[in-house]
Amino acid sequence: MAVAETRVIREYENIREIRGPLLVVEGISDAAYDEIVEVELPTGEKRRGRVLETAQGYSVVQIFEGTTGVSVVGSKVRFLARTLEVKVSDEMLGRVFNGLGDPIDGGPPITSGVWRDINGDPLNPAARAYPEDFIQTGVSAIDGMNTMVRGQKLPIFSGAGLPHNKLAVQIARQATVRGGEEFAVVFAAIGVMHDDALFFKKFFEETGAIKRAALFINLADEPASVRLITPRIALTLAEHLAFDLGMHVLVILTDMTNYAEALREISAAREEVPGRQGYPGYMYSDLASIYERAGRARGKKGSITQMPILSMPNDDITHPIPDLTGYITEGQIVLSRELHNRGIYPPINVLMSLSRLMKEGIGEGKTREDHANVSDQLYAAYSRAVELRSLAAIVGEESLSPVDRKYLRFGEAFENRFLRQDFYENRSIEETLDLAWEILSILPEEELFRIKDVYVKKYHPKYRKR
Amino acid sequence: MAVKGTIIRVAGPLVVAEGMSGVQMYEMVEVGEERLVGEVNRIVGDKAYIQVYETTTGLKPGEPVYGTGGPLSVELGPGIIGKIYDGIQRPLDVIQKKTGSVFIRRGVKVPSISREVKWSFKPSGLRVGDKVSGGDILGEVAETPLITHRVLVPPDVHGVLRWIASEGEYTVEDTIAEVEVPGKGKVEVKLYHRWPVRKPRPILEKFEPVEPLITGLRIIDTMFPMAKGGTGAIPGPFGSGKTVTLQSLAKWSSAKVVIYIGCGERGNEMTEVLETFPELKDPWTGRPMMERTVLIANTSNMPVAAREASIYTGITIAEYYRDMGYDVLLVADSTSRWAEALREIAGRLEEMPAEEGYPSYLASRLAEFYSRAGRVRVPGRPERVGSVTVVGAVSPPGGDFTEPVTANTKRFIRVFWALDARLAYSRHYPAINWLMSYSAYVETVAKWWHENVNPKWREYRDIAYEILLREDELKDIVRLVGTEGLSEKDKLILEVARIIREAFLQQNAFDEVDAFATPQKQWKQLETIISFYQAALTAIEQGVMVRDIRSKLADKIRELVMARYNVPNDRLEALDKLKQELLASLEAIVKGEAAAAATAREEQAATA
Repeated sequence: MAVAETRVIREYENIREIRGPLLVVEGISDAAYDEIVEVELPTGEKRRGRVLETAQGYSVVQIFEGTTGVSVVGSKVRFLARTLEVKVSDEMLGRVFNGLGDPIDGGPPITSGVWRDINGDPLNPAARAYPEDFIQTGVSAIDGMNTMVRGQKLPIFSGAGLPHNKLAVQIARQATVRGGEEFAVVFAAIGVMHDDALFFKKFFEETGAIKRAALFINLADEPASVRLITPRIALTLAEHLAFDLGMHVLVILTDMTNYAEALREISAAREEVPGRQGYPGYMYSDLASIYERAGRARGKKGSITQMPILSMPNDDITHPIPDLTGYITEGQIVLSRELHNRGIYPPINVLMSLSRLMKEGIGEGKTREDHANVSDQLYAAYSRAVELRSLAAIVGEESLSPVDRKYLRFGEAFENRFLRQDFYENRSIEETLDLAWEILSILPEEELFRIKDVYVKKYHPKYRKR
Repeated sequence: MAVKGTIIRVAGPLVVAEGMSGVQMYEMVEVGEERLVGEVNRIVGDKAYIQVYETTTGLKPGEPVYGTGGPLSVELGPGIIGKIYDGIQRPLDVIQKKTGSVFIRRGVKVPSISREVKWSFKPSGLRVGDKVSGGDILGEVAETPLITHRVLVPPDVHGVLRWIASEGEYTVEDTIAEVEVPGKGKVEVKLYHRWPVRKPRPILEKFEPVEPLITGLRIIDTMFPMAKGGTGAIPGPFGSGKTVTLQSLAKWSSAKVVIYIGCGERGNEMTEVLETFPELKDPWTGRPMMERTVLIANTSNMPVAAREASIYTGITIAEYYRDMGYDVLLVADSTSRWAEALREIAGRLEEMPAEEGYPSYLASRLAEFYSRAGRVRVPGRPERVGSVTVVGAVSPPGGDFTEPVTANTKRFIRVFWALDARLAYSRHYPAINWLMSYSAYVETVAKWWHENVNPKWREYRDIAYEILLREDELKDIVRLVGTEGLSEKDKLILEVARIIREAFLQQNAFDEVDAFATPQKQWKQLETIISFYQAALTAIEQGVMVRDIRSKLADKIRELVMARYNVPNDRLEALDKLKQELLASLEAIVKGEAAAAATAREEQAATA
């Protein structure tokens, strides 16, 4: 803001206290909230941080790179008279950066571009345009039953050892809008292991997708404070590409669990009152300040579609991280360990998955007129099949009625034919829906309660053959 | 009068300023060079603790703080309906036009209601010299084709009418009446006035809610009804359909005015309302729904302090339209996010936390909020009754209904629509769990149903409910012995319960026909199902097997289930016909059975 820019850089040497990633600096009375700070160690090393609290006579500063090696004697703290800004431009596509936005691919520094506050401003709800353009991911469980649309935020809820990275990559490779252009991809790795980072990097390089992607990588062995910055830098770039340059951007954030852990770490260091399981009470608002940076705006050509990935601690969907995420995002794709162990890829638990924006993106003119009914019917029938399966395990299949036994056959077909597909298999929406009809025809026709008669007559394999 | 102080500390949305002696608790203040909006919520000596409604990035000690002399207030007058506001009543559409940006920049100052629009004012016939007091109707303004805005004497003005404007076009700033108030002199009355959001507007008397608030949702109207002036909560884990249910209420309910508060929720949900409501037709009047709706949008990424205020802004506007004698529905999505905003601010103020970090006054704040609902006689002449119905969504962490917000909310509401993730997983919508939900208004609204729809309403509703309860008991048995081990009567219960679930409880909010069912349609559907059940029961007593009913009547049962899609509200005779066919088919089966039995007996006799 104008006020901050006219002021000058101030330097202080009185550090009163160092606690975790925080410094308490004495003597300063005009630090601005969220102002950027540079700490120079006696060795000459420089680190960056920001003001978390400012008062007359002191200020609390959070150091991004951690406080290891910082001494109260000989360290200089400079207040840089600006808030945390990053220079963003389309030059950044095709490049790899660290978690603070500095290039790490050996290429030249980013020269052109505009400076933007990484916190962004909230999109005005009155200026948003409702997302409604169908994205074909080529994955039946998503396209058929949890359809994604352009401008949506749809996370993948996964668990340790499940193939969420593989699925994210498959979606990034296959995602297209009918008749539309390709997505630019902004990828932020937050506190990930080296091998995960390599997996993504290799994928982007091998497929040539790197040309339309910008990668921000913060590794697990780097300081926790940086994790709070990385997704914000990525989203600031995404907003520039989408709303200034009119591109369609897919943002992949992985792993948001690491982000939330870092948030808890900083909060504990600040001795804040904890909410559930030690996570700060403002975690919902904080996560929302990331996830809500997705969408479309009226009068703007571009869009931001977000796909955050998070691993549920102990596969527990009620854990605060997936729980709060689910309350903010527009649905979720939940991966199942049970399906994964049975060798089914992608192991999507469709019953727990949901796309809130699906209804606007499907139907006549977008996918096909019967899509909504077929999806509802698949849900109803598969959930009945799962229920009957557990019943059959106790009372035996022979105690079930003939119709119920057909449901069991349907359940098997659903998992093995509809859900299961190859990593390189890219199904069109018509293929997905036709496949759905094929397996639904295992059930008696009167059981298709969720499908209107006209669609049964038009798409049911029994009538189509004639 | 107005205080001016200096910032000494900034921590997130909390600012502490000194030199503030004379400032009032909950006074609205302007913070910093950019004059950000804030509110005082603690005073220690000459220091004031201020919660700021905009982001505080860049704010620093030494910047000024200006008092405004009054509490956080909203502007009440024509021009509110159809608007989208943030938590402190700033018009978001106007902000967008003014800044030309799709983002909300802070420090933007725009009036809440337009100063330019001219309203056509019709005086009510009060004469100069008449005694007037707060609530008296001075005249009318056609705010939208649906809402006649009654221009009231503000609640705190009592005196003698000295002048009233003649019929004509006025802006909200024009004086339309002058009242001589003893001790105060002449008070100018305009088309709008200001009212502090945290102070309930005065009422004369509260009544028992007796008239149902028809929502067009079968599970609500027939099973767990809401009454005009009642209170309700919709708790549920994410993905269980809270927002869709609330939107259905906002769309179809028989309220005159709807206030929809998006409190700490998704931006796109507000956009959806903004885009769809102007196109949707209100089933009661046939007019676009936006003509009766006000949106308060403080989404999850907007400043948290304004989220706390949004609930009060919304309910104050609701009370204002109630004072005109209207039935107002307020839906708040979600009260949990509001409670979290309270928690966050309390944390910054370093207050002692109670359960799960929430402040100890959480329960009393919830009580205050829900207490502002009610069917009341409002002050002023002519005598009027209006109502505010409040429905709040609750978002319990992990779907745990024992957490503080859900548990405390339950104490202050009378209707509880518990959403169930398992129902949502099988796409049973609305995913209202009939075993956990309740309504204290079943008894009180029954009279309305009996007088306006059918005297058997309560009886049939209870039969349907008992079938559902019995189904739940039977499910445990089925888990042990399978369905084949049950008696024929119990098998029938399972079959009918399934029909009730598929044909009646489920409702597709996005289907043109199914989304809204009139009380008459709800009744016909219920009647058909229960008549079928009773006739089938008789048939079973005469030896007919459920299996045979199921297979021989498969087409008709499917027709019964699909009736929610296939029978529009104005073609209810189709349901009568279906009922007759079902009963006739059952009779035929019984006769066939009897004939078969007779033949069998004859054959036996012959062989003997």
